[in-house]
Amino acid sequence: MAVMSDIKPTRMELKKTKARLKTATRGHKLLKDKRDELMRNFLQIVRENKALRQKVEKGLAEAMASMANASRLMSPEILEQSLLCPKQGVEVDIQLKNIMSVNIPEYGFRTRTDAAEDIYPYGYAMTSGELDESIDRLSEVFRDMLELARAEKSMQLMAAEIERTRRRVNALEYVMIPQMQDTIRYITMKLEENERSTTTRLMKVKDQILQEAHDFEY
Amino acid sequence: MNGYKIAVIGDRESVMGFRALGIDVFPADEENAKAVFTGVVRAEDPAYAILYITEELTIPLRTEIDALKDELIPAIIPIPSKNGTLNLGMNALNSAVERAVGSNIL
Repeated sequence: MAVMSDIKPTRMELKKTKARLKTATRGHKLLKDKRDELMRNFLQIVRENKALRQKVEKGLAEAMASMANASRLMSPEILEQSLLCPKQGVEVDIQLKNIMSVNIPEYGFRTRTDAAEDIYPYGYAMTSGELDESIDRLSEVFRDMLELARAEKSMQLMAAEIERTRRRVNALEYVMIPQMQDTIRYITMKLEENERSTTTRLMKVKDQILQEAHDFEY
Repeated sequence: MNGYKIAVIGDRESVMGFRALGIDVFPADEENAKAVFTGVVRAEDPAYAILYITEELTIPLRTEIDALKDELIPAIIPIPSKNGTLNLGMNALNSAVERAVGSNIL
C-alpha cells in the first residue's frame, strides 16, 4: 500500500484527498482523450509523410540524375557559372496551426517573380538542355519538398507532445490515482480505529465509575 | 512570422541545382559540416525556416539536429544526395513513431 507521505489521518486530510482524487480522475480522463486524438492526427500525418517522402526521394533522384547528365555534357566552370546568380528567390511565411495544443507550422511560399521561366538563371547558348530538364524537375519536386517539411516538422512536434501526454496519463493512472485511493483507505481505516478505541475507552471508564459508586464487582 | 528563407546543405554536386530555384545553397563536406550547419542555423536569430540536408551530412550532425527536433524553427529535413538514399529519412519517421507510441507499429 502506497500511502502519500506526510499525511495525518484526519477528517480534513480525508476530504482534501478525496477532492484531489476527483480532480486527478477527471484530469486522467481528459488527458487520455487528448492522447487518443493526438495519436489519430499523428498517424494521419505519418502516413502522409511517408507517401511524400517516397515521392520526394524519387523526384530528387531523377533530378539529380539529369543534373549528373548535364555536368557530363558541360564543363564544370560553365555549370557553376550558369547557376551562380539566381533570378528567382523564395521566401517562406509561417503560420501556426493548433492541433490539440500542439503548434504546428504551415508554410506559405512566396517567389520573388511569378514568371515560370525565371528559374533558369542563364542564357541558353552555353548550357545543355539537360540542365533545363534537371532544374525543371527540381522545381517540380520542390513543391512536394515544402509539403514534406511541413509534415515532417508536424510529425516531430506531435511525437514530442504525445510522448509527454502519454507519460502524464501513465503517471496519473499508475501512480497518483492508486496512491490517493490507498491514502483514502488508510485514513478511513485509521479514523474507524480511533472511533472504536474511543468506544472501548468510554465503556471501560463507565465500568470504573460504576464500580466506584456501587462497590460492585463484575 | 514572415520572410524566412530556405537553405540546402550538402555536397556541391547534389545541391547545386537548388540555387536556380532561389534557395540558398551551402556546399559542405563531412569535415566542415558542423561549422556550416551552426552558421546556417544561428539558433538565437534563425533566418531559415526549412533546412534540407543531404542524408550523408546528417550523420556527423546527428546531435546538433536532435537538439533542434522540438523547436518550431527550423525544420530540418534529410534528403537523398546524388548517391541515392540511405533510408535515413524513413528511419527518422520510424523513430518518431516509436517515440510517440512507445513501440514501432509500422
